Amino acid sequence: MFELSAADWQAIQLTLTLCFFTTVILLVIATPLAWWLASGKSALRVVVQTVVALPLVLPPTVLGFYLLVTLGPRGPVGSTLESMGLSHLAFSFEGILLASVLYSMPFAVQPLLEAFNNLGRRHVEVASSLGAGMVDRFVTVILPLCRGGFIVAATLSFAHTVGEFGVILMLGGSIPGETKVLSILIYEHTEAMNYAAAHRLSLLLVVFSFVVLFVVYSINRRFQVAKV
Amino acid sequence: MSLQIRAQLQRGDFKLDVDTRWPAQGVTALFGRSGCGKTTLLRIIAGLERVRNAQVWFGDECWQSDSHWLPVEKRRLGLVFQEASLLPHLSVTGNLLYGYKRTPPELRRLQLPEVSAMLGLESLLSRPVDELSGGQKQRVALGRALLCSPQLLLLDEPLAALDTQTKREIMPFLSRLAQASGIPMALITHAPDEVQRLADRVVFMRDGRIDALCSLQQALAKPDSPLFADEGPSSVLEGALGAADEHGMRLFGPEGSQLRVQAPDATVSGPTRLRVLARDVSVALDDPARISIRNHLVVTIRQLHELPDNRVLLDTTLQDGQTLLIEITPWSAQQLGLAAGQSVFALIKSVALMR
Repeated sequence: MFELSAADWQAIQLTLTLCFFTTVILLVIATPLAWWLASGKSALRVVVQTVVALPLVLPPTVLGFYLLVTLGPRGPVGSTLESMGLSHLAFSFEGILLASVLYSMPFAVQPLLEAFNNLGRRHVEVASSLGAGMVDRFVTVILPLCRGGFIVAATLSFAHTVGEFGVILMLGGSIPGETKVLSILIYEHTEAMNYAAAHRLSLLLVVFSFVVLFVVYSINRRFQVAKV
Repeated sequence: MSLQIRAQLQRGDFKLDVDTRWPAQGVTALFGRSGCGKTTLLRIIAGLERVRNAQVWFGDECWQSDSHWLPVEKRRLGLVFQEASLLPHLSVTGNLLYGYKRTPPELRRLQLPEVSAMLGLESLLSRPVDELSGGQKQRVALGRALLCSPQLLLLDEPLAALDTQTKREIMPFLSRLAQASGIPMALITHAPDEVQRLADRVVFMRDGRIDALCSLQQALAKPDSPLFADEGPSSVLEGALGAADEHGMRLFGPEGSQLRVQAPDATVSGPTRLRVLARDVSVALDDPARISIRNHLVVTIRQLHELPDNRVLLDTTLQDGQTLLIEITPWSAQQLGLAAGQSVFALIKSVALMR
């Protein structure tokens, strides 16, 4: 009964790949960004924090629309890429990867920002006074003390990217193996009245999302207890 | 060797304007009320605060100038903050060795065994950090700072967050450290008591400026010294503590200005400091024999100061040149006909052993 077609598997694989790279890129970008946001109160920081949070409130179609316009063959980024002999980013895996990074950014930045705010500066100052350089401090102080924040940031980024639909639909279309992720496939199954197939994948996502959120909340809870 | 700092900073209402230099040896106390800029100054020295156009030189090593910036981790200093700042994910030993491991072996002058002996840490080594008391945490923080064999130790009110009892317990460790480690220290404090116990020189700060920089003795020679705010004028006498006599009293100071004092701790010996409150000293023109106060010293009056509230402060010198302040009433000064240049007997009722 629970059999997945080759197209289903392709979509699952594509979704996981997309989510994995999105998460990795986000951790690399969001860590310094959140650290910078946590390290002061200037107006510029508020602006950046607001921009980062925009995907939370905007309809995904808005983000998707602007990305399509920017990254497409006639957009400023897309045309520049084409003039350099590269292809534009609309309807491509790289395009939806970039979109996912922007779309899930608040989910990586927010938990890290909170973790860094809780950490404060003191431990890091102590470590530097004891001779630890920047990388050393990150590995031996920030990472272990903000472990919870990093786990939450990674899981939420991953899970939120799984749930992406509107942005990909606008920017990526539905190219098998390239941009046709699970959410798009479920939409197509439903459009084609193939409810059984849509149900299988939907149920899969429900279970997956439950597990992810359960893990995140357990971690959060444990860290709150540990703080007291 | 000296520490030289020049810095200007405007932050809201607060303005820091400092241009100073002091010898990088012994204990330098930065004394002033909270908000006077002590901590900011310390953070600039440490490199935790990067203030534009500031200059920081340690000896001939440039820590900050217009064209140069040495990051904190390269300055080789020890920092101890007011609140315990142990790394919570490490054990006591892990904390102690954090800096040690990052110190190049050829620069390591202190080892774990001697530091734990100096600070009484032996029994704490295997304990988790969160089980330590406030005082124990501060001792570990001190040990951790020492173990990176710093060229300079910066202490930002290390005792301020502790209760009186714990303070009393840590003070001996601090003074032992000040004497035995040979590491120059800068100590931020607003407690005159800590200055008198530990400092060799005092930097008086007010409203972001340095009011005065002088030796402890000079600081204690001014009748209106801010150090007298808590307990009134007092003097600090330096000398060596000798062996106990048959009454359990111990000799202090050189021949001619020798005192007998009670030292509860028989292990205290060597150079030490006594604090004498000016109001605990009386004056006699002749040496009274039949009196319970047994410490009588011949002193020479250098100056008489009128103090508010109907008091007179006698600025006197002991035979070995140290200063002893005596507080009496104008009435007794007049009755005894006291004047500068006169030799009198100072009857010292009680002293406090500071180290």
